[in-house]
Amino acid sequence: MKIMILLAAVILVFSPKSMANSKIIATGGTSSIEGSAGGGIVPWAVINGYASSDEWAVTSFISVVGVDDFTLNTFGASLTYDNNWEWSIARQTLKLDSLGGELGQDIFGVKYHIAGELLYTALPQISLGIQYKKHRDFALPKAVGARDDSGVDFYLSATKLLFNQIAGRNLLLNATARATKANQTGLLGFGSETNNNYQLMLEGSAALLLNYNVAIGVEFKQKPNKLSFADEQHWRDVFIAWFINKHVSVTAGYVDLGSIAGFNNQQGYYLSIEGAW
Amino acid sequence: MKWILITTLLFLSACSQHTRPSLYQQLGGDAGISLITDALLNEIANDERIVHHFADTDIERFRRLLAEQLCQLTGGPCIYSGGTMQDSHKGFNITLANYDALVENLTKVMQRQNISISAQNQLLALLAPMYKDISYR
Repeated sequence: MKIMILLAAVILVFSPKSMANSKIIATGGTSSIEGSAGGGIVPWAVINGYASSDEWAVTSFISVVGVDDFTLNTFGASLTYDNNWEWSIARQTLKLDSLGGELGQDIFGVKYHIAGELLYTALPQISLGIQYKKHRDFALPKAVGARDDSGVDFYLSATKLLFNQIAGRNLLLNATARATKANQTGLLGFGSETNNNYQLMLEGSAALLLNYNVAIGVEFKQKPNKLSFADEQHWRDVFIAWFINKHVSVTAGYVDLGSIAGFNNQQGYYLSIEGAW
Repeated sequence: MKWILITTLLFLSACSQHTRPSLYQQLGGDAGISLITDALLNEIANDERIVHHFADTDIERFRRLLAEQLCQLTGGPCIYSGGTMQDSHKGFNITLANYDALVENLTKVMQRQNISISAQNQLLALLAPMYKDISYR
């Protein structure tokens, strides 16, 4: 009986109407490497997938970042509701190609859309988000001076699509402020023995929609530099995203991750594929 | 290098001196707007997400007013004779999802009619801000 009621509730919630995917193509952005909707490395104020008001959507993704001495593999999923709520999960595995071995962390995210509509209001779409990050192999980060194996990031994002900006194309602009203690976004743990303060970091993205389905863009991500054993630098990328339809999108990029754990000039590719229902 | 820059600047400024055709003209004038209006009504009629909002609508009148409005909005020689957006959507409770659905239908129609991306986006730029007057009334 209980199961029947539960089943009925699930069917009701996920009825064709509530899974209608009414949002305009590309307006859910793509899944960032932390699982939150955004660009590749910056979370945006948009909610993942295509659930508009009173609708539900599910997304999942797999991505790989390959730079000179490291490879970051990520997969994850999100559940979104009402174009207001986004619950996400991502599992990252960083292969230390030159050193040998690997590190990993899991990221649980919640994003809430508080104001504005990406397409329809003069006010940008504004969202608040948190990401709880838990390291899975803390021995190495601890050995190089990281304090904690888990941490929480808080961010505020503003994203706006401006119509008819460059050669008649629409331009998406995003600014994100993030409070974080993470070293290399958490892959090298959180805080250090001498510095356990939250730091406010700024991240930005700009993307030009060549048509409804293809966007090209740039991103910048400011990062703290808490560990004394090696310098940490800001990240940047350029990308092209192809929203083939409302169910599949593919993103390819070129990333510059600066210095990581003493390995300088880490540059390479970014590839991601997302499915949405 | 300098010369290329100067020539480019001259060329660009020369272009901007030209009076650009109005969006109304870019969309094909009266005929173009009629095509868009008819095709949009057809999309709405087949879209179960929003068709219920039109159950009691006088479609002929709606068609005429929508074409008038698009014509005036895009700089054509028409005067919209209907009510304000707030008044004419009162009681409909148009949701964000409804509005998204309508915009999606319009983009489908414009793509099918091979309207230039720039003209499509100019029209969307004019219609998108109406959301606040139309939604949740």
